[in-house]
Amino acid sequence: MTVAQERSPGPAALVRRGRFRPGDAVLYVVTAAAAFTGIALLVLISDEVLREAWPAMQKFGLHFLTTQAWGDNNKTLFGAKSFIYGTIVTSFGALLLATPISLAIALFLSELAPRWIRAFVAPLIELLAAIPSVVLGLWGILVLGPFITGTLGPAIHGSLGWLPIFASKPTVGSNMFAAILILTIMMVPIVSSICRELFVGVPSELKDGALALGATRWEVVRGVVFPYARAGIAAALILGLGRALGEAIAVTQVIGNNVAIHADLFKPGDTLASRIAGQYQGADTALQVASLVYLAVILLVFSLIANLAAQLIVRRVAGRHQIR
Amino acid sequence: MSAQVPTSDLFRSEHLRRRTIVNKTIELLATVAALAAVAVLIIVVGSVVRRGWGALNLDFFTQNQTIYSGFGPRPASGVANAIVGTLIIIGIAIVMALPVGVATAIYLNELAPRKLAGVLTLAFDVLNGIPAIVLGIFVFVFVVVGHGQAAWKASFALAILMVPLIARSTQEVLALVPISMREASLALGAAKWRTTISVVLPQAVGGIVTGATLATARAAGETAPLLFTSALYSADTMTYDPRQPLASIPMFIFTSAEQADPVLHEQAWGAAAVLIGIILIASLIARGFADRSVRRLKGER
Repeated sequence: MTVAQERSPGPAALVRRGRFRPGDAVLYVVTAAAAFTGIALLVLISDEVLREAWPAMQKFGLHFLTTQAWGDNNKTLFGAKSFIYGTIVTSFGALLLATPISLAIALFLSELAPRWIRAFVAPLIELLAAIPSVVLGLWGILVLGPFITGTLGPAIHGSLGWLPIFASKPTVGSNMFAAILILTIMMVPIVSSICRELFVGVPSELKDGALALGATRWEVVRGVVFPYARAGIAAALILGLGRALGEAIAVTQVIGNNVAIHADLFKPGDTLASRIAGQYQGADTALQVASLVYLAVILLVFSLIANLAAQLIVRRVAGRHQIR
Repeated sequence: MSAQVPTSDLFRSEHLRRRTIVNKTIELLATVAALAAVAVLIIVVGSVVRRGWGALNLDFFTQNQTIYSGFGPRPASGVANAIVGTLIIIGIAIVMALPVGVATAIYLNELAPRKLAGVLTLAFDVLNGIPAIVLGIFVFVFVVVGHGQAAWKASFALAILMVPLIARSTQEVLALVPISMREASLALGAAKWRTTISVVLPQAVGGIVTGATLATARAAGETAPLLFTSALYSADTMTYDPRQPLASIPMFIFTSAEQADPVLHEQAWGAAAVLIGIILIASLIARGFADRSVRRLKGER
């Protein structure tokens, strides 16, 4: 996932001195303009979104974050509290499920599987990441939903019903639990493929050393592989979390779009991204549009923090490895 | 962490049996996890193919969607306009994103001072992490509010999503082009721009095509950027004008899934099968290109 580090000083250092060449100037200006679109777009996106959300920000202020409402009091009261709750519950729930599964898959592919199985399984898991979210959502409504209400939900409620998160039997297939499962399916391929690369990158002298000392494979993983890849794993998990926070389509299809806060995962809820997606057929009032964009502002802040954190970790790790 | 230094828990002891059991258990769990992921893939793709198969007839590809009142015989309907719409939207997105992405990569890899390149790359990585729905909202407030939806605005949102992907993959290929080739070209008296365009880019073209194809495959399945930019289309007419909102396969799946009509559900599954098929074929082509060009670049080292 990091760019192959070229040997210093790199192609940029190859400079011809002497006469001025117009072609070089053109190449320089054109490509530099393109390269600055990244920063320009970040600024433009933040600016436009903030500007459009401004009426709602002015009206509700930070109370928006602690108000549980959407279009109450004759479409004058909007708030994000239940959506923030839903976003946190579903994405961290998915993270909780996806972390052990992804690490296990990465370990299987990097340490256990014979070469031919690896060549066969790794692309399949990457293919899972290529399934469009709208297709996963369709599957979520029409296949997973009925399976949860019919089989999985009652079984979990029967055995773990004493936990408040499984307090009721699911009555509709659209609920937060379905959203967590769908998000887990989306996170696992992302996190596991990054982790696999990290694990393959662990120097074999370190692993061989531990093996020579009599460690079992798991002890090598726990004592050498995990500590070595620790920072990278954290970055991969944050990237996966960022993806889950921002997933709109598949979540809006399966979560039930309900403005409510329940500890019970078998009840419908909603997330920030999903609420935005659910309003696509048009908001009625200017205030509703502004509130909708306010949700996008919160989501933007969440995703900027998550991605910046992950990228900074990745860069620190990459820098360390370059020195080695 | 002290764990990198082998301590007494690596010592061969009477706990060996327990350690072996723990090890075997973990190995088993890891294998099961990998199998589970493959099983989920098979279940999802299997559902799509099994349920969508019946919808894939000639009408499906040649007719537009029809608005069915629920009475009388059902008119033939399909997703022809959605397929055309998706091709137009994606086509415009490629035209917007490819030059910017490739030019960005050239600047970052060939021209920029290293510190500046680091900052600019970080900006693209962060841009890459912005949720698609936020990009959709951005395009909505930027060019849709007050002007109306249009297919090219959807393309614009998708292009923002594609540029970081294309830039990143192009950068990786450019970094593989041996520096000696640039040196040889410059030593022969070629200017930097001539070297870049006639020596470096031709070497990297396979990898660029791969990256662009994968980015396109990713964008083709995105629904969120279309919601606020090209969703209010007329479902039953074929339109080619990108200045109007156009139907698309993802939007068709999204809206049909919300209906209670089993025929629409079957068509949604059919459309999902078409979408997965397109993405799969694109990925396979990309993989072929990637293998060839990267092997050649590595072989020349």
